[in-house]
Amino acid sequence: MISNMGFLAFLRRDLRLINRRRGEVASPLIFFLMAATFVPLGITPDAELLKNIAPGIIWVMALLATLLSADSLFASDYHDGSLEQMLISPQLLVMPVLGKVTAHWLTTGLPLTLVSPLLGLLLSLPTAGYLPMMAGLAVGTGCLSLLAALGAALTVSLQKGSLLLTLIVMPLYMPIIIFGSATAQYSIEGLAWSGPLAILGAMLAVAIALCPLAIVSVLRLTTIN
Amino acid sequence: MNWNWNWFYRMGSPRWFYESTSRWLPWLGALTVLLLASGLVWGLAFAPQDAKQGNSFRIIYLHVPASFLALAGYFLMAAAGAIGLIWKMKLSYMVMKCAAPLGAVLTFLALFTGAVWGKPTWGSYWVWDARVTSMLILLFLYMGVLALQYAFDSKDVANKASAILALVGTVNIPIIYKSVDWWFTLHQPATISFTEAPSMHPDMFQPLLVMILGFYCFYAVALILSVRVEILSRERKTSWVRGLVKQATNKNLGAE
Repeated sequence: MISNMGFLAFLRRDLRLINRRRGEVASPLIFFLMAATFVPLGITPDAELLKNIAPGIIWVMALLATLLSADSLFASDYHDGSLEQMLISPQLLVMPVLGKVTAHWLTTGLPLTLVSPLLGLLLSLPTAGYLPMMAGLAVGTGCLSLLAALGAALTVSLQKGSLLLTLIVMPLYMPIIIFGSATAQYSIEGLAWSGPLAILGAMLAVAIALCPLAIVSVLRLTTIN
Repeated sequence: MNWNWNWFYRMGSPRWFYESTSRWLPWLGALTVLLLASGLVWGLAFAPQDAKQGNSFRIIYLHVPASFLALAGYFLMAAAGAIGLIWKMKLSYMVMKCAAPLGAVLTFLALFTGAVWGKPTWGSYWVWDARVTSMLILLFLYMGVLALQYAFDSKDVANKASAILALVGTVNIPIIYKSVDWWFTLHQPATISFTEAPSMHPDMFQPLLVMILGFYCFYAVALILSVRVEILSRERKTSWVRGLVKQATNKNLGAE
């Protein structure tokens, strides 16, 4: 089938690989929960104050959790040589890369979105905020995964690349976190929240179109050389 | 039509760059000193005081040119990286590599002078204003490129990787600026208003223009100087660099 050109094959392959080491899926989620627990401990258990900062805190935690899981995206394929095999094949790699990133999103972004109501509960997020927060996270974590994959591709050949990955990618996350937490904030304040969500969607569309191209060229550079 | 591309290919030669800049760099340096000195004296001593801010506004003569160059420097760095990726030009990677620390320092200077200016005007060194925040993110972008540049063993991979990162940053900069702007209007604190005077008085504006020109020249001189150092260290094994070294040592020996 021409239309998916390896997208499904790589999605299925990566999901199967991740399924064999399920612990890796759980770690970002546990981090997400633990780090959020520290906020009331460090700031205040006062519900009135917490509810104002809850959307922002949840977004920052989601961002960090995505970054923590990102360095494993290409690492095992790089070390066992299968990435090199992929790169020397005559096929265009854009769709396989997109498949890998989708697998990453399905195993980090999506679970984070599903767990986020629990965090909302802990941080006394107002009821109106839950649905917009989840919608924002579902779309926004897609962008986070794509950009994290770019960082992972740039640092894949380095010994200690994971911290560098974080440094490189974080400034690029700025617009996503602004519009992501605004989506929840808007609904809490009783405003229409479709606007910031639509902008997140637009960012995701641009990222889906451009990131895989950049990732493929970066992988060619860092892996073959 | 048969376009003559010779000048473009010649520009890719580090040796050509080194030799031709040796000829006109002193002139550019003199122009820089002239512009910066006259702009500073004019701006700091002769421009009229601001009606509200008194003398403290004079830091604008450093702050605005540094901010201009910080942003322009990022685009120059990314453009040099793109030229390197497309035409595999050695020289343009060197320009990219040297532009990164220079731009980061200018961004820091812009932030620092902004903070110093902010204390008397807004009452605090740091405010989360849209432009200040964008500048801070620009500094982070520069730091990312720098960190990546020095992370690889292979110079070739380092150059190409940081060129790609610089290009990704370029795509992102307008998005970042727009979203930070939007974020600021959402959270704008009531105490600080940024309604600027509609226009600067020409007596204040003319020295600023001189300073901006001076900073552009200064940027060019600093960039060319560091590219020349980079050229010498990368081409140290070639015969023309050895020739230069021999000439210089002979001259020194003759002088003694």
